[in-house]
Amino acid sequence: MANKDFDVRPTPLLDELESGPWPSFVTGLKRLRDAGKRYSPMINDLLGQLEHSYEERLGFWKGGTITVIGYGGGIIPRFSEVADKFPESSEFHTLRVMPPAGMHYTTDILRKMCDIWEEYGSGLIAFHGQSGDIMFQGVSSENVQPAFDALNELGFDLGGAGPALRTSMSCVGHARCEMSCYDEAKALRLIINEYLDEMHRPALPYKFKFKFSGCPNDCVNAIHRADFAVIGTWRDDMKVDQEKVREYVAELGRDYIQEHVVDMCPTRSLKLNEDDTLSVDNKSCVRCMHCLNVMNKALKPGDDRGAVILIGGKRTLKIGDLMGTVIKPFVKLETEEDFEELVEFAGEVIDFFAENALEHERIGETIDRIGLPAFLEAMGVDPDPNMVLHPRQVSFVRTDDFQEELERMRAKKAGKKEAAE
Amino acid sequence: MSEAAAKPRMPDEVGVPDPFQYMHPIMKKNYGKWDYHFRPRPGVLCHVALSGDKIWTVRAGTQRQMDVFTIRKLCDLADKYADGHVRFTTRSNIEFLLADEKNVDPLIEELEKEGFPVGGTGNSVSMISHTQGWLHCDIPGTDASGVVKSLMDLMYEEFVNEEMPNRVRITTSCCQINCGGQGDIAINVQYTKPPRINHELVANVCERPAVVARCPVAAIRPALVNGKPSLEVDEKKCVCCGACYAPCPPMQINGKEETRIAVWVGGKHSNARSKPRFHKLVVAGLPNNPPRWPEVGEVVMKILRAYKENAKDWERMADWIERIGWPRFFELIDVPFVKHHIDTWTYARLTHNHSTHIQY
Ligand code: HEM
Ligand code: HEM
Ligand code: SF4
Ligand code: SF4
Ligand code: SF4
Ligand code: SF4
Repeated sequence: MANKDFDVRPTPLLDELESGPWPSFVTGLKRLRDAGKRYSPMINDLLGQLEHSYEERLGFWKGGTITVIGYGGGIIPRFSEVADKFPESSEFHTLRVMPPAGMHYTTDILRKMCDIWEEYGSGLIAFHGQSGDIMFQGVSSENVQPAFDALNELGFDLGGAGPALRTSMSCVGHARCEMSCYDEAKALRLIINEYLDEMHRPALPYKFKFKFSGCPNDCVNAIHRADFAVIGTWRDDMKVDQEKVREYVAELGRDYIQEHVVDMCPTRSLKLNEDDTLSVDNKSCVRCMHCLNVMNKALKPGDDRGAVILIGGKRTLKIGDLMGTVIKPFVKLETEEDFEELVEFAGEVIDFFAENALEHERIGETIDRIGLPAFLEAMGVDPDPNMVLHPRQVSFVRTDDFQEELERMRAKKAGKKEAAE
Repeated sequence: MSEAAAKPRMPDEVGVPDPFQYMHPIMKKNYGKWDYHFRPRPGVLCHVALSGDKIWTVRAGTQRQMDVFTIRKLCDLADKYADGHVRFTTRSNIEFLLADEKNVDPLIEELEKEGFPVGGTGNSVSMISHTQGWLHCDIPGTDASGVVKSLMDLMYEEFVNEEMPNRVRITTSCCQINCGGQGDIAINVQYTKPPRINHELVANVCERPAVVARCPVAAIRPALVNGKPSLEVDEKKCVCCGACYAPCPPMQINGKEETRIAVWVGGKHSNARSKPRFHKLVVAGLPNNPPRWPEVGEVVMKILRAYKENAKDWERMADWIERIGWPRFFELIDVPFVKHHIDTWTYARLTHNHSTHIQY
């Protein structure tokens, strides 16, 4: 359709991004500009502002404050700093909307989202942001509320922004992956939906992110990118189907299996036997997943499944990158009670964060500041050698009560053993 | 005005939606009961459940920032071949879920005809994890969508084939906050000038204590400028991290020439073989050169080629470099080692070589 109502802004630099084999977002934006719709002039000016950024090599958006009734977060406000030049896109806010756990959709629900975003927004939707949200990008201040209302009626809710519980992600896991060691979507929904108030009414010292991966392959990058990472694993022996091992050996050859499976095991836990079967030293195995990944038909996680909880991952700001630290080397995740315990523990960690973190401090930084032992004590978690690479190597520490601590842990261990018997 | 209209609509706090209402019936039926999978060809997965049921997944790349027409086109294809069920990966690839193997080839044909590359599985270079950039963020040093598009054009063949030693996960970030995160290769903005303060703005906008507190090296001090409260930056201390710019727009860190791009390698999230690790610096100071960022593309392709030619099967970028050592890595990509490659942050000591383990 011709653009009768506005002059198409020239975009010579952006036009260069229309060639080449990868799908072009510029071509997509132009489709919206040329659709003859309510939002077409807005996209025309958006393209104009983006072209201006490409010329000046600078960004021209600023934040602000926009919310919907009843919530304190979830909208990312964007006001143009060059609105005098590009008035139609002077307001171009984003709605962060939580996807179904695992990012499953029917075409029916996608089409309804498109219709809503054509009615109120710009027609531009990102599946998904790095935060895990569906990002409905480009809406005027006035249309934020009706757009949200329509999406909310459809069964969708805003995600997190600001100093708050953030939108979470889980891997595809149980829905379509043989490595999955617990029901990721269930854990995600139970935790996030229990503490939803912390998302919708930001009142934490800073952001707090949960992520859920079904196994140590960690497909949602939880150890680094979540304050609270739940990573599936197993405690008993891995399952080995020796017949299938033989099939792999027959197909790939002994040398390949030796070099690419056995020799690449980080703990030297594997042995390829004379008869083309595989022995596993399950006491040494660290459940890294490598051998299972290569021989996924033959090797499987064991039956005693659950998860490792690591706390404190984040990026550089402000003390440098942190990976999550093992806080619970194993939690069982099978029964309803197991999941309830996980939700409860998550709540205790959020409470600790709310009460003890400094403003703008991530929980990994809090732990770094107060020391891991103090954090463990606050959480009522016993120290465990799995939490560290090695014991302390610096002697500058008060150990007045070292012997008492030994006795206490011994008694505790004995008590646990007795309770188990 | 009626009572109902006068009363504002309060949100229905539904939280995270239940995925089962959207999930493919075969996935629902075999939830948590999968046996194994294989990849019949690049871009296609076949998962086999313990029940014997099979589901085929066809994975295709998208531009992430999609117009509704693109989404509806993908929906049309899903209706025709995938019983109307799709999902997205964390890297913005779309996955069509097929009950019937017969639909795999026709779907691929139509996707390719419509310009959607099929791939991103196994040992390929998957879609770059993608941030916001000039299109939508309030602090970016560069664009995100344009950088991703330019690089994916260059790496297209590596997306649609599975010819790498192991999977390659690339990220871009348009400021040093680095929303894109770790990657086998990470392409991130790196500032090169301390913020030049716009004092006019500070007096009006800034929460001064908050900004002072943000600086990781305590380089920002409150100061009186022209009799008005403002800030000053100790430029000798400043490490040009940009942290002060996010809360305080007057701390103008970006510059047309000064905002540069750095390339990092060897980040890894998975626990397979080696532990997860952060990426390490390869080159900084690359020009921020829209619309196609050719200098960045050249470095990235050089690293990818060296990895492809030299790594063994199943070695991720980090595993490979650990085996051959950093001296050999820098030699292979023909980049001299300079003083800025040596860490100076608090943990720097832990990164020194305190041994005679040397590669000659
Ligand atoms: C104004 C724009 C944004 C700013 C200032 C911003 C800032 C940040 C910062 C500072 C971090 C690292 C925090 C830390 O580890 O201490 C971060 C991480 C992250 N951001 Fe953003 N972000 C912005 C937009 C976004 C958007 C739009 C997304 C996704 C849609 C996003 C997704 C993420 C993700 C996934 C991380 C993960 C890393 C992590 O926290 O461990 N961010 N962001
Ligand atoms: C006026 C409105 C503001 C808006 C619209 C805004 C918007 C944003 C957005 C969208 C992000 C992305 C991060 C995410 O949500 O994942 C972000 C991050 C951030 N904002 Fe704001 N912000 C505002 C004010 C402030 C103020 C006043 C401060 C501090 C004094 C601040 C400090 C930060 C910081 C520090 C980050 C993240 C990055 C980090 O870890 O440092 N913001 N902001
Ligand atoms: S993290 Fe593990 S369980 Fe989850 S999708 Fe990846 S491989 Fe599968
Ligand atoms: S899972 Fe990893 S550590 Fe365990 S046996 Fe296999 S390769 Fe070795
Ligand atoms: S990396 Fe920086 S500029 Fe890019 S979206 Fe994230 S905060 Fe914005
Ligand atoms: S750029 Fe970073 S180091 Fe420099 S003044 Fe700002 S916060 Fe401090």
